[in-house]
Amino acid sequence: MRIELEINGRPYAGDVEPRTLLSDFIRHEAGLTGTHVGCEHGVCGACTIQIDGETVRSCLMLAAQADGRSLLTVEGLADGDALHPLQQAFHEHHALQCGFCTPGFLLAAEALLRERPDPTEREVREALAGNLCRCTGYEGIVAAVLEVARARPGEPA
Amino acid sequence: MGEAAVLKPAPFQYVAPRSLDEALGALGEDAKPLAGGQSLVPLLNFRLARPATIVDLNGLGELSYLRRTGGTLRIGALTRQAALERSAVVERGWPLLTRAVSYVAHPAIRNRGTVGGSVAHADPAAELPVALTALDARFHVRSAARGDRTLQAAELFQAPLMTALEPDELLVEIEVPAPPDGARAAFAEHARTHGDFALAGAAVVRAGTEHAAIALLGAAPTPVRAPDAERALCHGATAAEAARIAGAQLDGDYRRALTTELVRRAIEEAS
Repeated sequence: MRIELEINGRPYAGDVEPRTLLSDFIRHEAGLTGTHVGCEHGVCGACTIQIDGETVRSCLMLAAQADGRSLLTVEGLADGDALHPLQQAFHEHHALQCGFCTPGFLLAAEALLRERPDPTEREVREALAGNLCRCTGYEGIVAAVLEVARARPGEPA
Repeated sequence: MGEAAVLKPAPFQYVAPRSLDEALGALGEDAKPLAGGQSLVPLLNFRLARPATIVDLNGLGELSYLRRTGGTLRIGALTRQAALERSAVVERGWPLLTRAVSYVAHPAIRNRGTVGGSVAHADPAAELPVALTALDARFHVRSAARGDRTLQAAELFQAPLMTALEPDELLVEIEVPAPPDGARAAFAEHARTHGDFALAGAAVVRAGTEHAAIALLGAAPTPVRAPDAERALCHGATAAEAARIAGAQLDGDYRRALTTELVRRAIEEAS
């Protein structure tokens, strides 16, 4: 079946079998391999993206269900060469080692900060509990998200 | 797709109805309704579920609503868990649901997962079926051939992942009566990490000595009430005494101790 959607502000189209997962469409059809696929059953959070501003697990949706929708993946976070404040803070706080989980964490954290601009540490941990990281022990990730939350707009993160 | 096609689930025919009648017409043996997909798609990905037909309900806006009519809350089956969580009407009148849904997995799951899907999937560790059991909810189901029927929680939930729904039936609405005047409610559960499947839990609704409802998570293959403990509470038992009664029939020292403590905490919070 034919689907048309928008990813990071650009139009994409493709002919997919109905059983094609959205995560596989993003990686193999759109060629956007920043979205990582870990468990493929909704447990690890690595494939988290945003659809119309809401986080979803892209391995738990069919590509057909994204027809006509607007997606944000990790490739859409940076502004040209300028990293998104969350990406910059992850870099500075050593919030990644192997980086496999990082795109999912970034998209989940971005949605959290839009909904709750000044979260407590507990709220950050709860909001990110669905994303697994096996390298960092989460300390750097939580510190990075809290730092971005506390930085005033216009000031360096 | 080209040669590089990566396909995880087994093949199925995909139907995306635009109306409830059309959806009901497409259901039947070997057709599976797809709501939020947060439980069904993992089963498809593992190929544990291999339905011939997937009936995607996500185009049925008519099944997505939260309505207060009279004192009753009506929840359209396709209502997202996140919508339930954010509803001020629900928080004011049915705070138990607001509390319970916050324990359901993670934000990315609640954005897709539906209230009706959680009920129809009937996972014994699911929070919403337990909260709805404590609230004496009624479940409205419909089929093209056999019309409508309404089930109580005890009739609907039959075994882990098993309900009384026939293959051609769809859960369309959940009706939640108003809790008694002055009722307070609490939900408590224990999971290894926030959002993980709970090992045990309890939902409590209490209005003085007039009304007590205690529903248990993880204590049986389905959500169950603890009627002896409810009666004891109405006859003046302390939280600890009622909790001991509620936990008494459970097998296993750990599960019994955990459930008893969670019931006690929930009763105290609702007192």
